[in-house]
Amino acid sequence: MTEATPRLATFPLARERAFDPPDELARRRDEAPVQRMTYADGHEGWLVTGYAEARAILADNRFSTRPELLHSPIPQRGEFSKEPLTPGFFLRMDAPEHTRYRRLLTGQFTVRRMKQLEPRIHEITESRLDAMEREGAPADLVESFALPIPSLVICEMLGVPYEDREKFQRDSAVLVNLDSSMEDVRAAVQDLLSYLHGLVELKAKEPGDDMLSGLVAGGELTTEELGGVALLLLIAGHETTANMLGLGTFALLTNPGQLAVVRDDPAAVDNAVEELLRYLSIVHIGPTRTALEDVEVGDALIRAGESVTLSLGAANRDPERFEGGDTLDVTRPAHGHLSFGHGIHQCLGQQLARIEMRIAYPALLRRFPNLRLAVPARDVPLRAKMAIYGVHRLPVLW
Amino acid sequence: MKIKADTGRCVGAGMCALTLPQVFDQSEDDGTVVVLDAEPPAALGPAVNRAVQLCPSGALSVGR
Repeated sequence: MTEATPRLATFPLARERAFDPPDELARRRDEAPVQRMTYADGHEGWLVTGYAEARAILADNRFSTRPELLHSPIPQRGEFSKEPLTPGFFLRMDAPEHTRYRRLLTGQFTVRRMKQLEPRIHEITESRLDAMEREGAPADLVESFALPIPSLVICEMLGVPYEDREKFQRDSAVLVNLDSSMEDVRAAVQDLLSYLHGLVELKAKEPGDDMLSGLVAGGELTTEELGGVALLLLIAGHETTANMLGLGTFALLTNPGQLAVVRDDPAAVDNAVEELLRYLSIVHIGPTRTALEDVEVGDALIRAGESVTLSLGAANRDPERFEGGDTLDVTRPAHGHLSFGHGIHQCLGQQLARIEMRIAYPALLRRFPNLRLAVPARDVPLRAKMAIYGVHRLPVLW
Repeated sequence: MKIKADTGRCVGAGMCALTLPQVFDQSEDDGTVVVLDAEPPAALGPAVNRAVQLCPSGALSVGR
C-alpha cells in the first residue's frame, strides 16, 4: 500500500449544472476516491469522493467530529475549531458523550412516531396548498410551500412558536451561509441561544405537550444543554427538508416524465423520495472528520490528526455503487445513499424528513397538475454559497 | 437465519423498522431496535440482509 500522491487543491463549490455536484469532484473521484486536499488553514488533509470510502469513514469511530480536532475546508470558518462547543450540540461530539444526548431524543423520532404525525402533516400541507390557490399564481414555491411545511412541523414538535420564525430563520440563514464571517456566525448562535434559553425557562413554568417541555420536565439536561439541543433540532429541522422540497420540485419540473411518476403512482413515491435524496444530495460540503489514529481507507493511509472532508454528492453519484448515477430515475433502487450520513451521526430526523416529502411532493403535484416554472430554469437562483444546497426562490405558475 | 441486535450500539435511526416492520420495531423509550422475530422465514432473507446493510451503527448482524 502506498500513500496517495499529494494533490494540493481545495474543495470545489461552483456547480456547472443546477442538480449536479461540481464536475471537478467527479473528475477527482475518477482519479482517486481518496486524495490529498489543502484546507483553508494550510493543513494538508484529504478529500473523499468515493461511495465505499465515504461510508467506511462515517461508520468508523476512529474518526472524530470534535471541533477542536477539525480543520475547516471553508476559508471563512478557519478558526471555528477554537470556538468552545455549545453544550448539547451533539452533532459535534463523539461517543459516548454523543450517545447520552441522542438517546434522550431517538424515542421521539421513531418510524412509528413519524407515522402518527402523518395526519397533521397532511393538514399542514393542504392548508398551504389552499393558501397558494387563494393567493393565486405566480408564487415563490419556497416561501409559500417548501419552507413553511417543515418549519411548521418542527416548531409544533419542539414547542417553538411559529410566529417567531422570522427571527430564527434569519439567524439560521447566517449559520448555513458559507460566506458568513466567524463574527456573524458567533452572533447568530448567541442570538438563537438566548432566544431558546428564554423558551426553556418558559417551558419550565408553563409546560406544553411538546418535545422541549418533555425534555425540561425530564430533568436530565441543564438549560444550557437544552439550548444546544433545541438549536440543533430547530436548524436541522427546517433548513434541510425545505431545500429538498424546493430543489426537488425544481428537478421534477425539469424532468416531466419523472414528475408524472411521483404525481400518478402512489406506490412509487417512497422510492422516488430516496432517489431525490440521492440525486440532489443537498449537503453541499462535508461532513469533515479527523483521524484519531492512523487508518487505511482504500489505497490511502490517513494519519492521526489529519482531517478528511467528504463529498456526499460525489459519493452518491459513484458509478461503482449507483449505475448511471448522474440521471434522475425515481424507479431505480436508491436505498443506501449517504444523504442522511451514516454511522452514529446519521440524521436523527430522517424519518420525519421522509414523511414530509412523501406527503408534500404528490400533494403539490396533484393539486396543481399544470405546475410549471414562471421563469427560465437558468434564472432560478441557486444556493451555491450555502452549506445546504437548494434554491433561494422557485417562481411557479399553474 | 438468526438475527442479533446490539442495543448498546444502536442509535435509533430506524432504518430496520422502515425496511422490515414485520421483523424490527423501535422501543418507545429510547428508539433503540426491538427484534420482533429473531428467526424470520427464509423468504425474508434478502430484506433482512438489506436492513443489516442499511443500519448506520452496525448494531445488527445475522448468524446461523
